[in-house]
Amino acid sequence: MKTVFEYTKGMEESVSTSYCPGCTHGIAHRLIMEVLEEKGVLKDTIGIAPVGCSIAAPRFMKVDMIEAFHGRAPAVASGVRRVHPDKYIFTYQGDGDLTSIGGNEILHAAERGEKFSTFFINNAIYGMTGGQMAPTTLIGQKATTAPMGRYVEKHGMPLKMSEIIAQCECAVFVERVALDTPAHVRQAKKAVQKAFEVQEKRLGFAFVEFLSTCPSNWGVPPAKAPDWLAENMIPYYPLGNFRCPEEVK
Amino acid sequence: MAEKILMKGNEAFCEAAMRGGARFYFGYPITPQSEIPEYMAAHMDEIGGCFVQAESELGAVNMGIGAAAAGGNVMLSSSSPGIALMQEGMSGLCVCHLPILLVSVSRGGPGIGDIRPSQADYRQATRGGGNGDYHLITFAPTTMQEAVDLIYEGVALADEYRNPVCILCDAMMGQMMEAVELPEHKEPVMGDAAIRAYKPWALTGQGDRAEKNRIHAMPWSPEELQESNLEQKVYYDKAEKNLVRYETRDLEDAEVVFVSYGTPARITTEAMEMLKAEGINTGMIRPISVWPYPYAAFDEIGPKTKVIISVELSLGQMMEDVKLGANGRWPVKLISRTGGVLFSSQDIVDETKEILKGVK
Amino acid sequence: MATTKLLIAGSGGQGVMVMGQMIAKAAILEGKKVTYLPSYGPEMRGGTANCSVIVSDNEISCPVINAPTDIVVMNLASMRKFEGKLSAGGRMFVNQSLITQDSSRDDIEVHKVDAVEIAKKQLGNEKTSNMVMLGAIVRMTKVVKMESIQKVVEKTFAGKKAAMIPLNLEALEAWQAD
Repeated sequence: MKTVFEYTKGMEESVSTSYCPGCTHGIAHRLIMEVLEEKGVLKDTIGIAPVGCSIAAPRFMKVDMIEAFHGRAPAVASGVRRVHPDKYIFTYQGDGDLTSIGGNEILHAAERGEKFSTFFINNAIYGMTGGQMAPTTLIGQKATTAPMGRYVEKHGMPLKMSEIIAQCECAVFVERVALDTPAHVRQAKKAVQKAFEVQEKRLGFAFVEFLSTCPSNWGVPPAKAPDWLAENMIPYYPLGNFRCPEEVK
Repeated sequence: MAEKILMKGNEAFCEAAMRGGARFYFGYPITPQSEIPEYMAAHMDEIGGCFVQAESELGAVNMGIGAAAAGGNVMLSSSSPGIALMQEGMSGLCVCHLPILLVSVSRGGPGIGDIRPSQADYRQATRGGGNGDYHLITFAPTTMQEAVDLIYEGVALADEYRNPVCILCDAMMGQMMEAVELPEHKEPVMGDAAIRAYKPWALTGQGDRAEKNRIHAMPWSPEELQESNLEQKVYYDKAEKNLVRYETRDLEDAEVVFVSYGTPARITTEAMEMLKAEGINTGMIRPISVWPYPYAAFDEIGPKTKVIISVELSLGQMMEDVKLGANGRWPVKLISRTGGVLFSSQDIVDETKEILKGVK
Repeated sequence: MATTKLLIAGSGGQGVMVMGQMIAKAAILEGKKVTYLPSYGPEMRGGTANCSVIVSDNEISCPVINAPTDIVVMNLASMRKFEGKLSAGGRMFVNQSLITQDSSRDDIEVHKVDAVEIAKKQLGNEKTSNMVMLGAIVRMTKVVKMESIQKVVEKTFAGKKAAMIPLNLEALEAWQAD
């Protein structure tokens, strides 16, 4: 019989993830670990996961990892890179973390063209702390700190992070993908592959934004979360590649 | 014996750290310590090390966390408001059990403060400026040579105690020049093999290790966090046993005992000579380690002492420790300036005589 | 026990710090103990600048000077601020090119050095005025030997600026004692 799917060796077998039903963190974890496994570099990888739901990642991903303070993963990764010029290094960050408290750290890692890859999980809300408004929260979307929903006059417009990062000359690979359908998941994996290839070839900073689900804090049933993402997030956060160097096209 | 050379404090601090094996420096400009990042930018590459100008002190300390977690020997430095910004990272280094050498060149405060010398960051350095149950191992040198020797040793001590080691200097020490004898270069811990052998806990990629390494900034339960804190307390207990350092002077016949550290201790020494010329015998306790604090030194005070005076460039921050050391046995008074203002030896003489009028 | 406590004061850009550092470096060459303490402020240029240099045969406890044994004042504001602190019997070196007023003290030794004029007319380079003053200090105080200062000058200008060495050495000798 032909094997059509095997669970990646990059994830702990004995530990189940603690993410809520319908959350796509698990898919993002698996994609990153699959790519590292396929490259045969799981044992040459160091990951950094900061505060937010992502801080649980080191419990599930089977690579050397450090938990970082809220927003600071890009700075921590920059330090790790200085000590280990040859390893695979990635940060795995949520949207409250990366766009709000860690806005400065991510911007300057991109500015410096740091040779690591950042995987940005954008689910348009604070997850771990319980549904507060993030800089990525959509217009009209309710949050515990925006009980009437986000509106422009009070809260401004949501940040489009991939577009911002793509303005940095040394952020050579920037792509936004989504985790709502099998086809999008396959596209997402290709972006992860390219992000690591950029790092391998020392071309510059690589950034992949995953539009992701948070049914618990959106107040949407888990099964409906992918549809909510497609209907609400993709129109404001268009999918696609913003920058890609010739070498990995 | 190595040649004595005249160096500016901030530059001597860098040489001492590099010779002690530090190879990773992350910094941000702030007066009066900007010569440190400048010197590192000019010289770290020459010895195979690495300098990064961070986006902020927050960026710098978190880069330090990354490099320390990866097994590198890291030096950080800043001045008062910059050190305040780094406190998240100091607390983080402690929960992660990571070594780092921090040079704190204090200026006047609170707030943005003044760029001139101050000791108003005593509590920040000795009480833990960040959140949680932790300590920095803190030394307060008084001469350039002592600073150089402590920084050199501090790189290895941080590794041994798996904790940040802070060298607390007032701004005068960063800016002044004095002759120093620089120690020999130590072999740095660099590269996978050396890091794996010397720091088996470090993140190097799993390689041929049986298990992955995880460094926790957030242990998953109160019990795990308690266990982590108690693990660190073993080092704190060891530090209290082995790292208490101080110097005493003329305690036997002293009518007045001064307690002073850093540059003010030097000004106080001159005041002691001036008072002796006027027939007033004084002694001094000079803490070198300010955490752990040398409380035991107070047991060496002789029978003639009437009063203890804490001489410091802050509004009595160290006096709290002096009172703990005195433990009610003598009255404790204060001679101080704040905000970057300095006292002269004559000021100390005058104020001491005034204090003596009020004690029996 | 010979100890010189020298305070050099002027405005930013007059070469005040360089004078102090050169004396400190020369003293180290002679195996003496030295502390050099600069004042510093938020300004990059202009403003007031001063430095305290202590040179001694013995260990120096305190780098901060209460009562200087010698002071150098490069502008009027510095003379007004510091002449009162000079020890009785001490020496004051006055930059006569900028300070025409007399000292208010009669218990000190005043040396007037027309540093800027000498630098301009005799040496053709106004920038050497601090070296003219430095030569005067060394000659009168003997805080360090002239040969030591000469060595420091040679070392300081070695390399790209080597062409400046003869001019600076000449500047050290340019002032004629009054």
